[in-house]
Amino acid sequence: MPSHAVSKPIHSRPAVSDERLIAQLSVQHADFVLQLALDVPARGVTAIFGRSGSGKTTALRAIAGLHRPASARIAIGSELWQDDAKGIFVPVHQRALGYVFQEASLFAHLDVRANMAYGMKRVPAALRRVSWEQAVDWLGVGALLDRKPDQLSGGERQRVAIARALLTSPRLLLMDEPLAALDALSKEAILPYLERLHRELDIPVLYVSHAIDEVARLADHIVLLDAGQVMAAGPLQEVLTRLDLQTAFSDDMGAVIDAEVIERDEAYSLSRIAFPGGDLLVGGLERPIGTAVRARLLARDVSIAVDVPGASSILNVLPATVLEIGDAGADKVNVRLLLQAAGQGEALKNNAVLISRITRRSRDLLALQVGQHVFAQVKSVALLT
Amino acid sequence: MNLSELDLSSVWLTLKLSALTVCVLLLIGTPIAWWLAHTRSRLKGVIGAVVALPLVLPPTVLGFYLLVFLGPQGIGGKLTQALGLGTLPFTFTGLVFGSVLYSMPFVVQPLQNAFEAIGQRPLEVAASLRAGPWDRFLSVALPLARPGFITAAVLGFAHTVGEFGLVLMIGGNIPNRTRVLSVDIYNHVEALEYAQAHWLAGGMLLFSFIVLLILYSFHAKPRSF
Repeated sequence: MPSHAVSKPIHSRPAVSDERLIAQLSVQHADFVLQLALDVPARGVTAIFGRSGSGKTTALRAIAGLHRPASARIAIGSELWQDDAKGIFVPVHQRALGYVFQEASLFAHLDVRANMAYGMKRVPAALRRVSWEQAVDWLGVGALLDRKPDQLSGGERQRVAIARALLTSPRLLLMDEPLAALDALSKEAILPYLERLHRELDIPVLYVSHAIDEVARLADHIVLLDAGQVMAAGPLQEVLTRLDLQTAFSDDMGAVIDAEVIERDEAYSLSRIAFPGGDLLVGGLERPIGTAVRARLLARDVSIAVDVPGASSILNVLPATVLEIGDAGADKVNVRLLLQAAGQGEALKNNAVLISRITRRSRDLLALQVGQHVFAQVKSVALLT
Repeated sequence: MNLSELDLSSVWLTLKLSALTVCVLLLIGTPIAWWLAHTRSRLKGVIGAVVALPLVLPPTVLGFYLLVFLGPQGIGGKLTQALGLGTLPFTFTGLVFGSVLYSMPFVVQPLQNAFEAIGQRPLEVAASLRAGPWDRFLSVALPLARPGFITAAVLGFAHTVGEFGLVLMIGGNIPNRTRVLSVDIYNHVEALEYAQAHWLAGGMLLFSFIVLLILYSFHAKPRSF
């Protein structure tokens, strides 16, 4: 088993880079047009989210250069990969990228070790920033090295494929629904590895997915794609709480918060987690104090009280201000709430917004108005870590 | 065994012809098969049909046209003469030329199938792992297509061993130069030398059977790739 000692980030670049990933491209098939204008930070995980057929994979393949769009400008930081205005097209094998396909696509004629070494030995030693030991440890593939791909489970194959891509020390890691072909159990088993990469690895990731739970768990930024068009793009917390995107997210609408464990109550088996919007008591979280956790507070799990609620079974009640009210079907509305603990800092606000979905009738009974002070009652917190 | 020196020479000539033909075919058949497997050109159908022609044509038809084409008055013949090579009909080189065309589909088609079965994905993966086009071909496509190459080589060899009509048309019946096994058997039968014919024909039957047996048991094996 690999050790789980905390590794340092592998780059010596400053922790927060200002570099951006820019992809402006248009792809035309017979009855499909993809128009993409992407400008996202070249750090962290950016999810490209959308239904099947929305053009996610096409976009990723075009960014990688596996498919050459008629006209495009693709750049990461100062590196230009394609710019038809200047007649530049860098072939795939000359781009410092890693690509993880939906199905693992390991080379069947090579064992795991040779698969992982394939890309690494094609990168000059001076440019390698991910070591063999790091990749083996991060993805926990140490025990698999002498096996052939057909002796691996689906999840193991995908871990090897990710390790193989990382060993080329890419400037950008592209992942095309890497978990879509896995069953629920394998998926659960592999997600912690991806989260660990996210925490410890300073390589920007473009992560294509149609599963909102994966996106909520892994992404920092999200690009919402629909029928070949970008519907929304921005920080995950901001986009997932935009009321105008109700049709895109429907029941998945809700806040995602990044919090930290600050207290353990062993007697009741509860943990207190803190985030810019306040504290929450959650059960079923056996993590030491100081651990970073991510949680989803779905709109349908948040209700609103106008007065301080009296005796109630609900553990988490947070004072908030109504920011916005939007329709959510014939009988319901979404209410966007800013938690009062957040203070005034702009940066904190993204992490202190909740959405509450209530009936239209309740809205009228409570006479909810923008600017009103209310209490958000959180019925359930879905822990993502 | 009452086989003459000439009989053994025809056996040797047949093996030499087949081995040489397979080598030439693997060299020129691989790029053709690769192109056929990957192209979207409209020429794909035309080239594919031309390659497959020997499957349906009587060998004598192919041999007849080759004879005309490579003869002193043919375009090919004039070209070889201009190059100082003389004319190819009734020479061993001419036999190799004809055999290459005649056995082409038996080499190209297994290779094309193998390349198509591999598909684009492993090549895309290799490209994303920094392998250039030649590197991808050598390090990924060739090893993955290995069963196809074995099938192609065995079928190409065996089919060349078994040809008769084309050899007779373009090579004639010259001992030590163009008289291959099948022609030799024909001569023995014509001369009512059934004993020698039996030895050679029986040997060929056994050879063909063993070749196919190896091929089929190779393919029946569970693949580890």
